[in-house]
Amino acid sequence: MVEIRMRVNGVSESLDVPPWVSLLDVLREHLGLTGTKRGCDQGACGACTVLVDGERINACLALAVQYTGRDITTIEGVAGGGDPHPLQTAFIRDDGFQCGYCTSGQICSAIGMLAEHGAGSASAVTEHVAATGIALSGAEIRERMSGNLCRCGAYNGIVRAIQDVAESPR
Amino acid sequence: MRPFAYVSAPDVATAVRAIGTEPGAKFIGGGTNLVDLMREGVERPGTVIDITALPLTGVEELPGGGVRIGALVRNAHLAAHRLIRNRYPLLSQAILTGASAQLRNMATAGGNLLQRTRCPYFYDGAAACNKREPGSGCDAMDGFNRNHGVLGVSDSCIATHPSDMCVALAALDAIVEVESVRGVRRVPMAEFHRLPGDTPHLETTLAADELVTAVELPALPVAATSRYRKVRDRASYAFALVSVAAALEVDDGTVTAVRLALGGVAAKPWRAYEAERILLGAPATEESFRRAAAAELAPATGRPQNAFKIELARRTLVETLRQLLTEGSAA
Repeated sequence: MVEIRMRVNGVSESLDVPPWVSLLDVLREHLGLTGTKRGCDQGACGACTVLVDGERINACLALAVQYTGRDITTIEGVAGGGDPHPLQTAFIRDDGFQCGYCTSGQICSAIGMLAEHGAGSASAVTEHVAATGIALSGAEIRERMSGNLCRCGAYNGIVRAIQDVAESPR
Repeated sequence: MRPFAYVSAPDVATAVRAIGTEPGAKFIGGGTNLVDLMREGVERPGTVIDITALPLTGVEELPGGGVRIGALVRNAHLAAHRLIRNRYPLLSQAILTGASAQLRNMATAGGNLLQRTRCPYFYDGAAACNKREPGSGCDAMDGFNRNHGVLGVSDSCIATHPSDMCVALAALDAIVEVESVRGVRRVPMAEFHRLPGDTPHLETTLAADELVTAVELPALPVAATSRYRKVRDRASYAFALVSVAAALEVDDGTVTAVRLALGGVAAKPWRAYEAERILLGAPATEESFRRAAAAELAPATGRPQNAFKIELARRTLVETLRQLLTEGSAA
């Protein structure tokens, strides 16, 4: 067993787990935070996306022990002060889901993606990788969100929801 | 997942000592490939040595204009780094075409070098695979081999190296710095990965107890005019069928400097030396590009499902060079 300590949605947690336990299993099985979903369990679908110190990762491929001391945010922690996160509101308004299984991962991923874009990062569809002030077009959103699959095919709504939030003054 | 012991190394000296004393131990960085392979039972380390606390996270400019990249720099941070975007745009592009944003936030530069093939028979414990189980045969030869190699392949193995980043590093003549209890070695990228021959389980020239500590990019003016072009079965988040890393400098219609490497076609990032040799000093025309691409792919051999890659590689080489000539750099 190894001791891991991390902040999860602002709450300090400490637990003893075997070193082969994934961050996904710690969240779902040990802490009861079942909003984060297990899809493929091999880093291919993005359903398990959470934020670590504000950066999106696949919790299924993360050994929990490697994230000791870090600040984890799951879908349960994205809303502030009782109000939904603007992306949660936009996903509802713009039909960004059908069955909802990928939605937690989509929203956590989109939060991370908007932060990356805000920090000036380029993507594989950016014409000039050295450019600054890259516009967040539909093509850019699709590329930057390609790590999150939606088997219902709600992509049009997902892209619209993210674009709405990206374009609204914050 | 098979149980293992876990150790976190506080410094490089401790890490390389630990790997020497624990037979079958593995270093873990981002874990994006190793954790997956451990879950599938392909990798079975008794001890996992966590190296993510090591101070190998810097991207630094070297005197003379090169760049030193710590082995633990995350792929996303490397692609976003100003020095890389401006001076080596093909490297930023290559990294950004690989995996997904989530995986790029986890994966490290050192781990990217050591990625293992995504051949489905390598992953499938019930299949024959000379790489996973030497001497067991190769089910890819007459199986699903659309994604497999056409250059440098052998009768034992036709698997490809999956990395995009490494294709750019090969074009750039990067140096891989490795460390063990015996000291530090600097391995040119061209000598880091191996072709399969009859020992496809030996994928690199790294000893089992060596740790990748850094990657150094030489100062290379031609790299400022460069691109990475990747062709795949879907527009994003897929491994390359064929990819091309290219840098081109043209003066008065003549090629004065050129770097070319291919991905998705071999067990290592394939530096296109023959194409470079033909292009250097030649007129920068589509005719030259075609001649160079044809010569580079002349030794290629395909299987029924992947022979299309030979023509695809030729055309992608030509198109990437044409794009560099007419549209310029990806920077």
